[in-house]
Amino acid sequence: MDFEYSDEQRMLKDSIDRLIGPAYDDLGKRKATQAQGPGFSEELWSKYAELGLTALPFSEEDGGFGGGPVETMVVMEAIGRGLALEPYLASIVIAGNLLRLGGTAGQREACIPKIADGSLRVAFAHVERQARYDLFDVGTHAKKTDHGYTIEGDKSVVLSGDSAQKLIVSARTSSASRRDHHGITLFLVDADAPGISRRDFPTQDGQRGAAISFAGVDVPESAIVGTLDHGGELIAHVIDIAIAAVCSEAVGAMTSLHALTLDYLKTRKQFGVPIGSFQVLQHKAVDMFTALEQARSMTYFAAMMATSDDPRERRRALSAAKVQINNSAKFVGETAVQLHGGIGVTMEYRAGHYFKRLTMIQSLFGDTDHHMRIVDHAGGMLETV
Amino acid sequence: MDLRFTPEEVAFRDQMRTFFRENIPADIRNRLGSGRHVNKEEWVESQRIMNRHGYAVPHWPVEYGGRGWSPIQLYIYNEEMMSENCPTPLPFNTHMVGPVIAAFGTEAQKAQYLPRIANIDDWWCQGFSEPGAGSDLASLKTKAVREGEEWVINGQKTWTTLGQWADWIFVLARTNPEARKPQEGISFILVDMKTPGVTVRPIQLIDGDYEVNEVWFDDVRVPYGNLVGTENRGWDCAKFLLGNERSNIARIGASKARLRRIREIARSVPAGDGALWDSEAFRHKVAAVEIELKALEMTQLRVVAAERDHGNKPNPASSILKIKGSEIQQATTELALQMAGPFALAYHDSNEEIPEGRNDLPDGFGWADTAAPEYFNYRKVSIYGGSNEIQRNIIAKAVLGF
Repeated sequence: MDFEYSDEQRMLKDSIDRLIGPAYDDLGKRKATQAQGPGFSEELWSKYAELGLTALPFSEEDGGFGGGPVETMVVMEAIGRGLALEPYLASIVIAGNLLRLGGTAGQREACIPKIADGSLRVAFAHVERQARYDLFDVGTHAKKTDHGYTIEGDKSVVLSGDSAQKLIVSARTSSASRRDHHGITLFLVDADAPGISRRDFPTQDGQRGAAISFAGVDVPESAIVGTLDHGGELIAHVIDIAIAAVCSEAVGAMTSLHALTLDYLKTRKQFGVPIGSFQVLQHKAVDMFTALEQARSMTYFAAMMATSDDPRERRRALSAAKVQINNSAKFVGETAVQLHGGIGVTMEYRAGHYFKRLTMIQSLFGDTDHHMRIVDHAGGMLETV
Repeated sequence: MDLRFTPEEVAFRDQMRTFFRENIPADIRNRLGSGRHVNKEEWVESQRIMNRHGYAVPHWPVEYGGRGWSPIQLYIYNEEMMSENCPTPLPFNTHMVGPVIAAFGTEAQKAQYLPRIANIDDWWCQGFSEPGAGSDLASLKTKAVREGEEWVINGQKTWTTLGQWADWIFVLARTNPEARKPQEGISFILVDMKTPGVTVRPIQLIDGDYEVNEVWFDDVRVPYGNLVGTENRGWDCAKFLLGNERSNIARIGASKARLRRIREIARSVPAGDGALWDSEAFRHKVAAVEIELKALEMTQLRVVAAERDHGNKPNPASSILKIKGSEIQQATTELALQMAGPFALAYHDSNEEIPEGRNDLPDGFGWADTAAPEYFNYRKVSIYGGSNEIQRNIIAKAVLGF
């Protein structure tokens, strides 16, 4: 039982804070970064690579650092604290872990060194309009051809899908039912392959996404990531890892937002006194602290369980964590805005930006009702490890 | 970072679980588990069994019967005890007056009192709160005046939990009314409840039962040597004691036990064509409480691990244990009340003997009659030990820097 970072993890935390902090502490600069190129700083991305962050999850044989969920937690918390825009979640945590866990030797050899050096970014094209949060609701299909497969279908809200050079796309390869766990296969394709069209959009929280259509996209058999028809398990595992990652990001964002709010309460004066001298506001700040610490505790639990070999236990734990994070993020975000008053609802101040990111995290990879159903069906939380 | 228990800790947990299951009588555990109170004899019996095995006061200094366990072992011991619905050793004895005497008492006091406290040969109660001194405890007015080799005590205490069963009371009394600050000039004095001038009046609570009392002191004379620690420095003892009270305050094991019971019973509560448990709305309420409880368990473990690694350095996360722990305990009683539905209405005086020839209750299910009383009773948990609003004041000042 040990809740403390190792020396290496502490060093990782310090170096990433030094990287992200100065890059995004000025909102004007952040806005300028959003407006240019891919909507984040390519220069900063190459510094992520220099620090080894982009190689973090991959095994040492593949040229990575063999980092686990705790290392990912350290990075994602820093990204949350700093309001960073780089596509770490989409490209490293999600696509990276799909390749780590499912990639063939050839795919790993071709992609991982380039992901690690920052020159290749990959996005996961999975969500569909009708699927909502059901990970196994896949209508896009891949038909067997003489040379491989032909992919046909539409994907929505592909995180950072606007600028990725490669996509991992989920498609149904067998089974008549659209929502069957079995019969889903993942394919690695070039983002500019013939038949792929993209509509890019900015997201509410200042990042980017894309809706991506696959109209008769031909891929060879060697494009399969993982096992034919067994993509569902891989998707579930990696989304659990992604949930642990956004839990950490939310904890980072809540930590900064809470500190910002305390600072505001202690300095903003009305009626001749700092407004933080009013007990009703102090108690709100305490309730934010409580929500934050409960979220932090559950994020540790999520990080621990993200590597569990038992998919049922893992699923239940990550769903419980997501419920806690959603509840805490909503309360901390809304209360922070309220305590700030008018300045909290402007784009000219950081509080609103944290609130927006925290709100969007609540809708990522399953909302509270969705995960509550999973916890319920798994039999609740009493008999967990 | 590694959040798992070591194999040794897992083995210790199994050992504790087995001990409580095999040694604390099942009827006592069943009664507590079904939301009923245990009587004095059962409580004493349970603590004496634990004491016989060295499990009544494991957290005490080793020379007085402690076990030298790590904070994690103590946590596991407490959780398993509550999870198995055992009456916890009387906190006024084992977590309050015992540790105070061990820390502040004379050698003679330690020899006289500690073994009897551990074995509950004397039942102790707490004489802190007064009608005019609740959250503002330091404003207490009960007076102790030294006359020769005696203290003469006058005043009134209230909210004295289980004082109706007590042999002794530890009292905070004002011994120097001229002190500069209200916290100064208070002393910590031990009083035999049989002393002339001590009057106890039980107060009926909204659950219908008697748990707290008013205690009057009318020219009560006790030996000067019943003072613990330094005269006029009783506030140090009180602060030490209240710090001790914090360690068990989340009562996670007890909430787990109640939730387990709700899950079990709700499957057989008729509703529509099936059972209450078929209702997704109800199940989600249960799951929501369980998730909060899981988060609190992790918070508690963070506090325990930090205690192990850094000693008693105050931990910011520890301050939320009281607030969240009490909210969750109350939420579990709300769920049980909802589960009971209309059958929560029938009142059954738990002190009344059930008439001969009947073993059932006036109306409803056997389990349902405790739902409303427990719900009513548990409003106390966000009030005692420093109300949750006082806890928020403490966090605001000590953690958030207001």
